[in-house]
Amino acid sequence: MIEPLKRPQKRNPILPLRQPTLPPGTRSRASKQMAAAVAEGRFELQHCHDCGQIQYPPRDACTRCLSVRLEWKEVDGRGELISETLLHHSNELYFRHLVPLRLGLVRLPQDITLLAYIHGDCPPAPTPVRLQAHLDKSGQAVLVALPPVDTPQMADDRILREMTSDPKFRKVLVTDAKSATGQALCKTLLDAGADMVWAGVAEPWKQPPGFDMLVKHPNITVVPLDLSDARSVQDLSSSIGAKVDILINNAEFHRNTGIADRPGTETARAEMEINYFGLMRLAQYFGPALRARSGEGIAATAWVNVLSVYALSSLPNQGTFSASKAAALSLSQTLRAEMHHAGIRVVNVFPGPIDDEWTQLVPPPKLAPAALAKSIVKALQDGVEDIYPGDVAQDLFQKWRLNAKALERDLWEQ
Amino acid sequence: MSASVQSQPAFPRSRYDGVVITAPVTIPYVRYSEKDAHWFLARALAALLKTSGLRKDEIDGLGVSSFTLFPDTAVGLTQHLGFSPRWLDHLPFGGASGIIALRRAARAVQNGDANVIACVAGDTNHVDSFRQNLANFSRFARDAVYPFGSGGPNANFAFLTAHYMRRFGATAEDFGKLCVAQRDNALRNPLALFKKKLTLEEYLNARPIADPLKLFDCVMPCAGSEGFLVMREEHARRLGLPYARILGTIERHNAFPDDPIQDRGGWMLDRDDLYAQAALGPEDMQFFEAYDDYPVINALQMEGLALCGYGEAPNFIRNNSFSLGGSLPFNTSGGQLSAGQAGAAGGFLGLVQALRQVTDQAGAMQIPQANHGLVSGFGMINYDRGLCTGAAILGRA
Repeated sequence: MIEPLKRPQKRNPILPLRQPTLPPGTRSRASKQMAAAVAEGRFELQHCHDCGQIQYPPRDACTRCLSVRLEWKEVDGRGELISETLLHHSNELYFRHLVPLRLGLVRLPQDITLLAYIHGDCPPAPTPVRLQAHLDKSGQAVLVALPPVDTPQMADDRILREMTSDPKFRKVLVTDAKSATGQALCKTLLDAGADMVWAGVAEPWKQPPGFDMLVKHPNITVVPLDLSDARSVQDLSSSIGAKVDILINNAEFHRNTGIADRPGTETARAEMEINYFGLMRLAQYFGPALRARSGEGIAATAWVNVLSVYALSSLPNQGTFSASKAAALSLSQTLRAEMHHAGIRVVNVFPGPIDDEWTQLVPPPKLAPAALAKSIVKALQDGVEDIYPGDVAQDLFQKWRLNAKALERDLWEQ
Repeated sequence: MSASVQSQPAFPRSRYDGVVITAPVTIPYVRYSEKDAHWFLARALAALLKTSGLRKDEIDGLGVSSFTLFPDTAVGLTQHLGFSPRWLDHLPFGGASGIIALRRAARAVQNGDANVIACVAGDTNHVDSFRQNLANFSRFARDAVYPFGSGGPNANFAFLTAHYMRRFGATAEDFGKLCVAQRDNALRNPLALFKKKLTLEEYLNARPIADPLKLFDCVMPCAGSEGFLVMREEHARRLGLPYARILGTIERHNAFPDDPIQDRGGWMLDRDDLYAQAALGPEDMQFFEAYDDYPVINALQMEGLALCGYGEAPNFIRNNSFSLGGSLPFNTSGGQLSAGQAGAAGGFLGLVQALRQVTDQAGAMQIPQANHGLVSGFGMINYDRGLCTGAAILGRA
C-alpha cells in the first residue's frame, strides 16, 4: 500500500527553485490522436474498420489486413500485468527526481501488450490490473496500470500526482468567488483537501447570500480582484502570485442578447471585457508566476477556465455572450500552448446553462452550481483537459463532434 | 496477428561454396569520442586495406551499419570516403547487422555482383549522443516506450529478464556466471574496455539499474568499429589471407509477434535450416559468440540455436563452464558486456571474433581446435522486444 501523501513542508526560501522539466513530448501524428481522447477522459485504442483488429502502439495501417481505415474506440483496460521493473536510472532530466519508477508490461485480452506506469498499490506481477490513459506533463498520452479495485489513498500515488492536478494540499485562487458557482467551488475544493482558497471578489460592497461564509471560513481568504482592471490583477498577483498552485477563472459577464435585440456594442464590450480581456489580464500577470513554480514537488499545476458549451457553436439568442466565450476559448488554446512548456495543465470547462440569475427563462435541464463545481474538481483529480458538464453540454458536444453544421442549425430553433 | 511462418524453406538453399570471410579488424573502443561515426568507419576501412594489401579501388562493394552516421547512410559515406562501389548495402539491423551483412555480401560475391565487399560497422559516442539515440530510436519507442521513464533498453530488458526468471527459474547467479566468465575472457583481450576481474559477489551486489538488472547486466555504450572482407576463396588465397568458410546463415524479423512477452526469438524458426545448410549439429560447435547486451538474451540464443531446449538455459548454464579452456567457450573476447558496445559494431563483434578463432588469430584468447564456431545476432528493440535475429556458422578453411 502506498504511503498517504503528507502535507508538504514550507519551502525553504534560500534553496533554489527547481526549474520545470518535461517528459519527452515528441509523438507521431497517430499517437497524438490517442492524446486527444485522453484529454476528454477516454481511453481509446486503434480499431481496424475493416477487420476489427485492435492494436497498439498507434500505427498507420492494420497489422492484420493492412487497411488504413483505422478508428479510435474506447476500450475497457482490464488486463494483466505480466512483467515489471523498478527503474532506478533515467536518461532524461525530468525523471531524475522521480526514480525509482515502477514500470510494467500489461497484456490486454485483445492480445496486445502495452508498456505502462504501475501504480504503487498493484501487487507484484503477474497480477490483474486496470489500465488507464492519462496526460503526462508534456500533455501527451501515457498509460497507468491501477489496482483492479480502488484503494484508500489511490490518488496520492507519486506518478498519478504527476499526471493529475488533485487539489489535495494545494492552494487555489478562484475568481468571482462570490457568484453561486464561485462559492460552490470554494467549498468543493476545501472538501477535496485543498490547503486554502483565495476568493477573488470585485466590488466587495455587493454581498450576495453566502458571502459571509467566504469571509468567516478559516481556510478561505477573500481578496480583491477585478478582472476588468489590470491594476487590480497586477496587485493581487504581486501579493499571492508566487503561491497559487491552481487558478480557476470562473468570472463571467452574461447577458441575453443577439445582434438585432438592441443597438450599440456596450453589452458585447462588457462581456468581452470580463470573459476575454479579463482572462488575458489574468494570464499575463499570473501565467508567468505559475510557470516558474511548476518544477517544485507539489506546486503550480493547473489553470481552469470556465467557458461555455456555446463557445463551440453560437446560441443566437445569447449571441454576444457566445462570441465572448468563443474568443476566450481561442485565447485559452494559446494559453495552453504557452503553459505547456512548464507542464501546467490548462483545463477548459464547457458547461451548458448554469442555474443562475441570467438563465431564469432557460428551460431545464440546467446545471446546478454545486454540480459544476464538482465536475471541475473531478477534472483536476482525473487530470483531463476538456470537460462538458451537464446533460445539455453533453448533448451539444456529441452533436458538435458528429456534425458541427447540423448543430449550428439546431441552435437556430432555441 | 500474423500469418504463421514456415520453419523450412520450400526450396533447398544453396551453400556459400567458393566464398570466404577474411581480414578481421577492430578499431579500439573508447568510452567517449569527439569524432563522428564517419571517422570510425574510415579507420575500419583503412585497417581492412592494410590487412589485405588491397588498393582502395579494388573494394567494389560496401556493407555499412551505424546508428550515429545520421544524417548520412552508406550512400553518403561513399562520397565522404571516396569509394565508387558497384554494390552497396546499408544495414539497420543493430545487433544482427554483422550476420546479415555477411550473408548478403556472400551471395553478391558468389554471383559475381562484386569481387570484394568490405563490411564495416561503427559508431561514435558523444557525451549526449546515447540519450538522443534512445529518444529517437524508433517510432514505437518514441511514442510508447521512451516517455515512460526514459530508461532506454535497460527497462525493456528488465521486463524480459524478470519474466524469464519467473517462468523458467533462472537465478541472478546463472546470469552472473556468464558475466563473470566473459570478464575472465576479456582480461586476455587487450582491446576490452573492462580490465578488472569481476567476481560473482561484485556482480550480485552491484547497484540496481532496473530491477532485476544490476550494473554488470548492462552494456556500456562506447565508440569504435569492426570490419571484415568477403571475397572469393581463390582471391583470398592469392592475397595470402587467412580465411574462414561460411557454412550456414539465417535471419528472421519480428518472429512470434503473438507472444505476450518475448521469451524466444526467431532462431527457433530457422535453426534447422542453419544446421542443415552447414551439415552440422549444435553438438559440433566448439565455441559460441552470442549477442550479449544483457545476459537474458544469451539464454534465448542458447535455446534458440538448440544448444539446449526451450526454457532449459538455466540448467545449461549450470552445467557448462564457458571459459576459454572449458566446455563451450563463450563470447571469447569478453563480449559486449566486457569489451563495450560500440553501437552497431556490437553486431559485428562476435562475428569478427569467431573469424579470428577459426583462423587462429585470436592471440591470448585462442581456443584449441576451433574448427566450427557458432555466431548469433539479435537486434532492434523496436517496442517491447528485439525484432531481428540471425546466426552463422563459420568453419576452418
